[in-house]
Amino acid sequence: MIGPRKIARAAFESVDRLFDRAFTPAWNPLYQLGTLGWFFYWIVIVSGIYLYIFFDTGISQAYESLEYITNVQWYAGGVMRSLHRYASDALIIVMMLHLLREFVMDRYRGARWFAWFTGVPLIWLVFACGISGYWMVWDMLAQYIAIVSTEWLDSLGIFGQAIARNFMNPETLSGRFFTLMVFIHIAVPLFTLLGMWIHIQRHRDAKVNPPIGLAAGTLGILLVLSFIEPAVSQPPANLDMVPAVIDFDWFYLILYPLVDWLPGKTVWALVGGGTLLLFILPWLPAKKDEAAAEVNLDNCNGCGRCVDDCPFSAVSLQPRTDALNFSEEAIVTSNLCTSCGICAGACPTSTPFRRTSELVPGIDLPGQPVRDLREKTLATLDKLTGTTRIIVFGCEHGPDLDPLASEEVGIIRLPCIAALPPSFLDFVITRRHAEGVFLTGCSEGDCHYRLGQQWQKQRLTGERDPYLRARVPRERIETYWAGITRNKNLRRKLSEFHDQLKTLPTLERRTTAASQTDAEQTS
Amino acid sequence: MTRVVQFLGQAIAYSLFAVFIGYFATRPAYTHHDPDRALIKISFSHAGAHVEPCKRLTQEELNLIAPNMRQPTKCPRERLPLLLEALIDDQLVYSEELPPSGLARGGTSTVYAKFPVDAGQHHLQVRMRDSRRTSGFDHEKSADISLQPQQNFVIDFRPELGGFLFM
Repeated sequence: MIGPRKIARAAFESVDRLFDRAFTPAWNPLYQLGTLGWFFYWIVIVSGIYLYIFFDTGISQAYESLEYITNVQWYAGGVMRSLHRYASDALIIVMMLHLLREFVMDRYRGARWFAWFTGVPLIWLVFACGISGYWMVWDMLAQYIAIVSTEWLDSLGIFGQAIARNFMNPETLSGRFFTLMVFIHIAVPLFTLLGMWIHIQRHRDAKVNPPIGLAAGTLGILLVLSFIEPAVSQPPANLDMVPAVIDFDWFYLILYPLVDWLPGKTVWALVGGGTLLLFILPWLPAKKDEAAAEVNLDNCNGCGRCVDDCPFSAVSLQPRTDALNFSEEAIVTSNLCTSCGICAGACPTSTPFRRTSELVPGIDLPGQPVRDLREKTLATLDKLTGTTRIIVFGCEHGPDLDPLASEEVGIIRLPCIAALPPSFLDFVITRRHAEGVFLTGCSEGDCHYRLGQQWQKQRLTGERDPYLRARVPRERIETYWAGITRNKNLRRKLSEFHDQLKTLPTLERRTTAASQTDAEQTS
Repeated sequence: MTRVVQFLGQAIAYSLFAVFIGYFATRPAYTHHDPDRALIKISFSHAGAHVEPCKRLTQEELNLIAPNMRQPTKCPRERLPLLLEALIDDQLVYSEELPPSGLARGGTSTVYAKFPVDAGQHHLQVRMRDSRRTSGFDHEKSADISLQPQQNFVIDFRPELGGFLFM
């Protein structure tokens, strides 16, 4: 049965595919939602600092100063104001898409709960930033926001006097109120920044900047929008009048009509319940992670490749605790480990050329050890009967590979494509177990484990240790990053690879037994 | 050709993004209040009378209290709820007992209520009981008012200014 999550993932991937074509995977905005969020945040901060220089606090001065910024200084202040507004709106869009995408792609449970959990308060903080900003303009929209916000707060019944009384009529409004709003509008973004920093703490090499081209394009279009549709104030606030029909920023104020339609406490219950649900979502249900990676000190020399490659900073180095003559050893923080196996794929000792009985790498997944991968690979290769034998290594988060299996094509699944040590490709090809090796997995640029695909590509091209050895003929290796929706392309790519291999000299087949002998001799 | 198609695709994507933001940043307009109607708002905080009057202590009772704690009267904190009623064009639109705030029920009672009405002439009457009397009202005000569309008409209560204020 196809669940709603899989349908949603397929929908995302369909749009991804369009964007991949237009932007290339490296610039695909849907793979950069987090970094775009950071980028919009900084646009808001820089433009906000500029606006603050000219903003005046006071009941009438606030509006007048913004009119000056917008109309007299339209070429600078006006553009900055528009950028401030539109980048804030864009931040809401990418933030909500980011939330939805991580949920749909199931990248929020298990050891990855932390980023999700710490992201939830950011939603509130970003909304508070935007709403307090609109409040400061003190136009009819600000008046509406002030009245509805305070009425909503009053519905909690925890304040001695109704806060909304401050906006009863012009006499009850104090100029000091704007000083408070300025303070809030500066303090909340600072807390947001702190929250954003915490949000990415468990990510190794967390990306906070989008690719330069995407950043330039996004900033450019916001600038164009700022000139075509400058952000302007609505008529000045007048507490003798009721805001009636209001030009509405639906990105920030989408919940406000609820306060008009439902009792305030009901809206609090809905919003509070929704927030609570988001907080506990990683445990509804909890992900049953495989056992965390384990270090085998007898085979670990503290080289640090696993530390460099772990996408979630679950592996670190510590001073040696045994008698071996190395200065450091790897150690796994199990509650950070997602069991992706990338560390095992990076370990130089994860080589199938070693004898099976001794294939215990310096770091390995207890649930899916490299030794089993070797045995599974050999068993699969043994079953192939055709003349152009291909072994497909695919990650568990990519396409359904079973339909690809045939007498000439064997399938091996891994938690992540980077869990495959490059020496396996060497082993399969140079030991003549198959004519070619085909790697596939998540969509290009959208690795389930963030960096696995990137690391594996770099290993194959000799940019990242452990390298694929130069002796391995590259024409016998093919990759295609398919996601779950590009099955047709995947089949075509595999077929093309099959045809390409036919043009190459046939490798004389080796049996598993011969391979074992070779391995023993090599070791 | 591929590059041209790519740039075209990017241009479309960026444009859609801008149109989406530009549109929903201000549109569609939201109707918070019928522009042809006015709003009458009642809001104030006021403390009702104490449930029990202050009692003058006898000399015997004072003798039982430490000298530095002696006060001639003892006033219970708890206050009575306010009874507030509002009538618009002789129709009772609001009648509530407003409880005092605080754990000891010794604080002020607060009201914040809104009544959208058609613009035009109206007869407005408000009355409130804040004493221990059991019938009738202690404060009352009525007036014929003329409301403009979208007018925010406020009913406040300030004893120092004579009671109810129509603003």
